[in-house]
Amino acid sequence: MRVNGVEIGARPAPGQCLRTFVREQGWFGVKKGCDAGDCGACTVHVDGHAVHSCIYPAVRAIGRDVTTIEALAGSPTTEAFLAAQGFQCGFCTPGMIMTTAALDEQQRADLPRALKGNICRCTGYGAIADALAGVCSLDTGTSTETGDQVRRSAAAPAALGVVTGRAAFTLDIEVPGLLHMALLRSPHAHARVRGIDRAAAIRVPGVVAVFTHEDAPDTTFSTARHEDPDDDPYDSVVLDDVVRFAGQRVAAVVADSLAAARAGCAALVVDYEVLPAVFDPDDAMAPGAPQLHTGRAGIADASRNIVAEVHSAHGDIDAGFAAADEVYEGSFTSQRVQHVALETHATVGWMHDERLVLRTSTQVPFLTRDAVARVFGLPRERVRVVAARVGGGFGGKQEMFTEDVVALAVLALGRPVQLEFTREEQFVATSTRHPMRITVRLGATRDGRLTAMQLRSLSDAGAYGNHSVGVLFHSCGEAVELYRCPNKQIDGRVVYTNTVPAGAFRGYGLSQSAFAVESAMDELARRLAMDPTELRRRNVVHPGDELRPVSGDAHDVEIRSYGLPQCLDAVADRLADGADLPADLDPAEWRTGRGMAVSMLNTAPPGGHYANVRIAQRADGGFRLMVGSAEFGNGSATVQRQLAAATLGVAVEDIELVGSDTDLVEHDTGTYGSTGSVVAGMAALRAAENLRSLMVAGSTGGGLLEADGRSDGRPRSVAFTVQGFCIAVRPATGEVRILRSVQAVDAGTVLNPMQCRGQVEGGVAQAIGAALYEHVDIDGSGRVTTRALREYHVPVFGDVPRTEVVFAETADPLGPMGAKPMSEAPFNPVAPALANAVRDATGVRVTELPMARDRLFFTLGGTT
Amino acid sequence: MDLDSVNAIADPRTTSWQDGDAWLGGGSWLFSEPQPEVRRLLDLQSFGWPPLTGTPDGLRVAATCTIAQLAAFDAPRDWLAAPLFAQCAHVLLGSFKVHTVASVGGNICLSLPAGPMISLGAALDGHCEIQRRDGAIDEVPVLDLVIGPGRNSLLPGDLLRALILGHDALRRRTAFRQISLSPVGRSAALVIARADADSVVITVTAATPRPVRAVLSAGDPVEVLLEQVDASAGSYHDDVHGDPRWRRAMTHRLVREVVAELAAA
Repeated sequence: MRVNGVEIGARPAPGQCLRTFVREQGWFGVKKGCDAGDCGACTVHVDGHAVHSCIYPAVRAIGRDVTTIEALAGSPTTEAFLAAQGFQCGFCTPGMIMTTAALDEQQRADLPRALKGNICRCTGYGAIADALAGVCSLDTGTSTETGDQVRRSAAAPAALGVVTGRAAFTLDIEVPGLLHMALLRSPHAHARVRGIDRAAAIRVPGVVAVFTHEDAPDTTFSTARHEDPDDDPYDSVVLDDVVRFAGQRVAAVVADSLAAARAGCAALVVDYEVLPAVFDPDDAMAPGAPQLHTGRAGIADASRNIVAEVHSAHGDIDAGFAAADEVYEGSFTSQRVQHVALETHATVGWMHDERLVLRTSTQVPFLTRDAVARVFGLPRERVRVVAARVGGGFGGKQEMFTEDVVALAVLALGRPVQLEFTREEQFVATSTRHPMRITVRLGATRDGRLTAMQLRSLSDAGAYGNHSVGVLFHSCGEAVELYRCPNKQIDGRVVYTNTVPAGAFRGYGLSQSAFAVESAMDELARRLAMDPTELRRRNVVHPGDELRPVSGDAHDVEIRSYGLPQCLDAVADRLADGADLPADLDPAEWRTGRGMAVSMLNTAPPGGHYANVRIAQRADGGFRLMVGSAEFGNGSATVQRQLAAATLGVAVEDIELVGSDTDLVEHDTGTYGSTGSVVAGMAALRAAENLRSLMVAGSTGGGLLEADGRSDGRPRSVAFTVQGFCIAVRPATGEVRILRSVQAVDAGTVLNPMQCRGQVEGGVAQAIGAALYEHVDIDGSGRVTTRALREYHVPVFGDVPRTEVVFAETADPLGPMGAKPMSEAPFNPVAPALANAVRDATGVRVTELPMARDRLFFTLGGTT
Repeated sequence: MDLDSVNAIADPRTTSWQDGDAWLGGGSWLFSEPQPEVRRLLDLQSFGWPPLTGTPDGLRVAATCTIAQLAAFDAPRDWLAAPLFAQCAHVLLGSFKVHTVASVGGNICLSLPAGPMISLGAALDGHCEIQRRDGAIDEVPVLDLVIGPGRNSLLPGDLLRALILGHDALRRRTAFRQISLSPVGRSAALVIARADADSVVITVTAATPRPVRAVLSAGDPVEVLLEQVDASAGSYHDDVHGDPRWRRAMTHRLVREVVAELAAA
């Protein structure tokens, strides 16, 4: 076999797939997204034909020419993806480019079919379509005037590495002497581990060690990572003697090959005492229900399995409803969805100079370091956490799911150990969006003034608290604060069940509450015979209004910039233009409708979000920008570099950016809560300003200068998004066709228009997936039955319309050069806007997601 | 994914089937799921079967013929049913990168409700040429081979060698309809109609646990056909790719459409 022209001496194992064999030869551009032939990230060419290398027997490639992404550097396809910046995290990009390069003219004429085997979770396919169409989205030019580096579509710093497959993700390194870890997972939803017989496992050739709860520290922690660890319940340990969901890890086996580690797991004999389990949050609060957690801190009411609850009232809710001319009440259910970051959770760890080093796929390297140090009783300096390029996050990597158990093995063995989750493990054993049922009751006067807003919510935490507290509070926040209303009442609970944990997911609870509140607002407008946009105009908050938080405490959020009216107008104008029914849709069968929804998002999480950035002159005249935050497709590195370049009056190419390493800077809270561009970006801007001051002062003394910048994410402002859809619905089949999609966003100063547009397009696409297709299912015994991407339909090229993105003209005094965040906010208004369009087209209010064809058919009155 | 338990790959011409063996066609399904029971792969490519062979009776499709090869087959003009080759290939959930490796035989033997080569073979009264473990050769209609979701009448060691399609069916006009939960998703209902001399032959797959056949005689109302389909199906398939009640409704709708299409032509 030849790989990229290099004769390979090694011979593959009989059962080996081509993906792992080629990676063993050092071609790390070949990625694992699913390992099952569904996602296309592993695409290579064999004798010129594109194949999914994860399902291609390696022995079949003997005697053939294998081509990987690395060999396509400089090719027209690679250059096209570079010019269009047809990627975000870049994990799917090698496969996308290899697939595109293999298309003939006929296939290019039918891209939905040609690209159905390639999943991109980040871009929403807009930038990929641009690459295929030969569009250049970059602002080229060499101006170095201060300010010219922002409001400009600059390339991502890692762009060339991403499109050539040379950008190293977490496991794209060779580590000599590497051991592999596999985890044994519980088949039971609730059980006590009475004993684990490891004798047979130890005898498996290649097995080095077995770790069980007997070997692990008993320090409790939350897998969720926050600036303040006390935000989350201390309900987890590295390996527990009680398992609380099917899929929870029970033991870890380390071996000199992954196959041996898996065989070791299979040889473990576990004696379980099966305990009663509960799968529904209502049942879990009932008297006599199994109690999941006892004696662990940070739980509101462990006796009733309540992780957290919120009860908040402003004004007099009864008087508010009494004053209403129209009252609407509805209950809205949002389902479990999975992040499906294409790079699975993965960590490789080793010892270096008596220090534990963890290279891991995380959004929060510093907070992970702190947690590992605390759990294992190490001084912080003894732990270094590094995130390489991260293959997508969406909130799922604001958790510690792999680092702790790898640390356990590395510390015990003193040897390098790697743990890489399978796609199945992502589904059964990481986290999902919180399933929520939210009842909304709204009252308004005849002229459309809200008199009362009431929310009652119940969400399912799953077996561990993770982000449940924060998600509960956030879900009750901006969706309600968006409206002026004198009387508001909120009652929410989040409850443990013996199911896969829910965690942080793009929107952090707001997508669920936006679905409820924005659907209810739409329905209220219809009952008032008022245009839904007009009802929003009459009730939305304005600058100067106090944004009262649900917790009732002092709030540091103010409307410091206000593009909401522009956004409402932009969407209303485009919806008024409507959309033509395509010729292939029979007007006798398809009904058309329009819908819109609004969302507001605070510009940073509460309680402080810290970033430290250092910038140093280099001997060659350039600058080295050291940031703590992680880059996982959010584009924050691009913007941080632009901000520094603009401040120093140099080209972006003069700034070398290194990031996400706990040795680089003092502290960084991490990249979550839409903070990468705004909080860490502000720190980068300040570092550059400080360096510029030093340079102007001329205090060089001959040496190279360095400066620091810091941001604490306070005070905060708000960003807005408004989504509009024109759709066609075919009640006879349940099909929904999106004819027009527009999202207007108030992102403040748009530092990089191409990239900001990509964040919106990607957020809309991911939200279309959650609105129309995706659901993680759990059976009657609590097991996740969704185990592969072919059973979980993530939007592919043909599922996603091109969204028109409109930027409001605003600038926020708090953000770096006026910018506001725009990474979670585009997700939130999509599902309600779609549901409102379905309502407009059919007269039927959808109250449950997803609006899959087989469900919508019956909701719309279909019969068999 | 790597199949950890596999420790050998062998030529089936020189070795006989044993427990723990699996036939290796294209590998696109075999390598897509853990196969902890499999110890050895028997490589069907060793046979070197020609993928497509015209015969006096029709077409012999080797089990190892890829879905792409079949879709690209340049059929004689009077095979009015030949568009089904590409239509069925296109609805395979896997991409074109799978079509070039996945085999027709593998798709049939997997026996999933949504297996489009089953739809094709069943709609055209195809037969499977089976080599039994003792070497005997049998022919089994595709309609009878698949007996449930992921289940067929093959015994361990049986080998599907070829799909045999006859002239009679290949020369008939056909109509094809398919729906899934997403525009290019896995089939939830797939209906093929074939215009025989004095009847319309309907084959339903994907919506039902196994292929369902119904025949509309000239002059009968389509409702008779729908009753036949429901009765033969027994139940509609229930999995993540479609609610069974919806599949039933879609099947009825698609059956009406294909009947109307053939009647209109």
